[in-house]
Amino acid sequence: MNFDDTPQEAEFRATARAWIGANAPKQYEDELRKSSLGRTQLKNANILEVAKAWQKKKADAGWACLHWPKEYGGRGASPIERVIWQQEEGPFGKLSHMFIIGHGMCGPTMMAFAREEHKRAYLPPLASGEKVWCQLFSEPAGGSDVAGLRTRAEKDGDDWVINGQKIWTSGAHYSDYGILLTRTDPTVPKHKGLTMFFLDMKSPGVEVRPIKQASGASDFNEVYFTNVRIPDHQRLGEVGDGWNVSLTTLMNERMSIGAGVSTGFPELFEYCSSLMLDDGPAIEDRAVRAKLANWAVKASGLRYTSMRAISALSKGERPGPENSIGKLVAGSMIQDVATYALDLQGAAGVVSGPEDAEVAGRFQAMLLRAPGTRVEGGTDEIMRNIIAERVLGLPGDIRVDKDLPFNKIPTKGRG
Amino acid sequence: MNFDFSDDQKQLRDQARKFLTEKCSPKAVRIVLDGKAPYDKALWKGLAEMGFLGVAIPEEFGGAGAGHLELCVIAEEMGRANAPVPFSSTVYLAAEALLIAGSDAQKKKWLPAIASGEAIGTLALFEGKGNPSPKNVKLTAANGVLNGVKKPVADGAIADFAVVAARTGSSGRENDISLFVVDLKGAGVEVKSLTNLDPTRGQAEISFKDCKAEPLGAAGDGWSILTQVLDRAAVLCAFEQVGGADRALEMGRDYALDRIAFGRQIGSFQAIKHMLADMYVSATLARSNSYYGAWALSTNAAELPEAAAAARISATQAFQHCAKNNIQVHGGMGFTWEFDCHMYYRRANATALGLGSLTYWEDQLIDRMRKKNAA
Repeated sequence: MNFDDTPQEAEFRATARAWIGANAPKQYEDELRKSSLGRTQLKNANILEVAKAWQKKKADAGWACLHWPKEYGGRGASPIERVIWQQEEGPFGKLSHMFIIGHGMCGPTMMAFAREEHKRAYLPPLASGEKVWCQLFSEPAGGSDVAGLRTRAEKDGDDWVINGQKIWTSGAHYSDYGILLTRTDPTVPKHKGLTMFFLDMKSPGVEVRPIKQASGASDFNEVYFTNVRIPDHQRLGEVGDGWNVSLTTLMNERMSIGAGVSTGFPELFEYCSSLMLDDGPAIEDRAVRAKLANWAVKASGLRYTSMRAISALSKGERPGPENSIGKLVAGSMIQDVATYALDLQGAAGVVSGPEDAEVAGRFQAMLLRAPGTRVEGGTDEIMRNIIAERVLGLPGDIRVDKDLPFNKIPTKGRG
Repeated sequence: MNFDFSDDQKQLRDQARKFLTEKCSPKAVRIVLDGKAPYDKALWKGLAEMGFLGVAIPEEFGGAGAGHLELCVIAEEMGRANAPVPFSSTVYLAAEALLIAGSDAQKKKWLPAIASGEAIGTLALFEGKGNPSPKNVKLTAANGVLNGVKKPVADGAIADFAVVAARTGSSGRENDISLFVVDLKGAGVEVKSLTNLDPTRGQAEISFKDCKAEPLGAAGDGWSILTQVLDRAAVLCAFEQVGGADRALEMGRDYALDRIAFGRQIGSFQAIKHMLADMYVSATLARSNSYYGAWALSTNAAELPEAAAAARISATQAFQHCAKNNIQVHGGMGFTWEFDCHMYYRRANATALGLGSLTYWEDQLIDRMRKKNAA
């Protein structure tokens, strides 16, 4: 048992570290290090532009999407090399946030199902960040129940005509392309009538409307489709096989969101280390210490769980199911951590403006953003179902709509 | 990076599991649970023959000289089997104390006897309520004799010798405490068994009256040695807890698959599925924290104090969580003497206290994290 690199890994790490040291946008390092959930903007620069510039620089030197094949804009690196890169990239990795969906979900789906000429045309600019992609799955009528979606695709000559509405689409407002899951046959059971496409987000008939979130910010969108035409060669997988295609995407979503989840613990520990309460330093208060200790072991437990997965990668093995706990644990933990940080502030905790609030309002911003982390990319409840069914082998839920034709499934709860 | 046990160590785990499945069935555990024997003597002998008792004891002292990672994988299996033997007192506490502070003569006297299963050892630290603290040690040592009462002492009624914490000064500082080795079969020792939460591991009150004792380590070093012993035992014990948590989770999962109610497997109800998923989460966090503890223990890393406290907290929580919810999944049957669920519930809650309770270790963890940050 050890934490040492193999000689090849050490060599790769040294090369990566040297390149990052010479090329990363150091002027933002401190700010990126201090950014936390709900507080990810830069003060004097547009983070999207900084992120795109860093991604392009990496791509030009062969450091983008490391695990992708070279011909699609990657480096053909091993999974462990990708992890080493992420460790070395450190706070600059936060600049990859806007590319997570494209690199983590759309890219792998294109790689598995697109035609060769499309892969060669679309994947390299996706890797380099010159083109940004989004994922158009969720709908008002289909969140956790993705297969309940209603957006229609109807064949018209060599094209498909799309009508309907998507929701919760991260980054649609700055995306160039998207992968789109549609219903092509409403007369068969819901999982069987779906088909996947990719499309240009600038196509006529696509309208993006930002959603104002409970936090006040807008990361997600509604996307409306009115007679949008998509050529048949942009179909991914067979007609009616969209559900299986989407499983590839969703599996990758849970992998990429699960990696490096933030718990809020380092922020809280730092805060409590300097905070003075009425009768002394917070860190010397028994109740505070008990809370901190309980969160500390969750944070360290997640850290060493991912180390175990990385070790499996290092040995060329497939990681076990342990990593599926990451998002479930971190999501509710960061919410609890933020709530507690405010509790320690007493009445002053209500003030959230960066100029007037405690530690520039980072915990207030965290609190307001946190509910989203327990919903996006699979709700806590869906994650528990996945663990129960795929890890523990418990039976799937009884699905009353499984064998009904989609257009016979009830659409209203009451009345 | 290889943050995992080696293939040889995994093989040892399989071997230990096979051995314990055969020799330590729930039926065998129940003989001790029902008070028909103080511990499973045949199993203890078998563990010695397998080389498990001395796995981390150097060869020159009669052990296998393998190491602490090997001991961790065996500890996990002991916890999974709920083994009714004095393994933790003898191997994690007494043997570790001797390895850290024993003279050559002391090591030669006791370690081979531990490895061969001839001697059962324990640590006599507590004196009634309270967590490990120098100020809670009242038993005195003067002129080579001990006077005072220790309780609870794990496996005290069956132990041949004990490492005893005694007060040798009154400055109010840690160096008031010194350690001694006491032959419990000698004069001046009175032992009384105590009824306790987990009858598969006895607890005792031991009174020392002008009892002859041999110093272990230098005078005044007692607390510093004890702290090391407790840290090392915390990691080893965490593996027992991880093994127990896994077994409790498995029992709950199996019952949820077998039991039918409302015309379906109860494991198809989300209320049950989610409870089991949460058990898996805490068991996984505990396992990962314990692996880190194992690494720190086996390399004697500077991170050991922090890693040990984290492993202790995480594994204690996980075993308690899995053991209590295993009963909940079983419903009424889980609350019968006949079903095995309560054995794990008892063990989980007794183990949670033995090396100091959660309150103590939470406090220790934060102190140690602060020290690291200050360094």
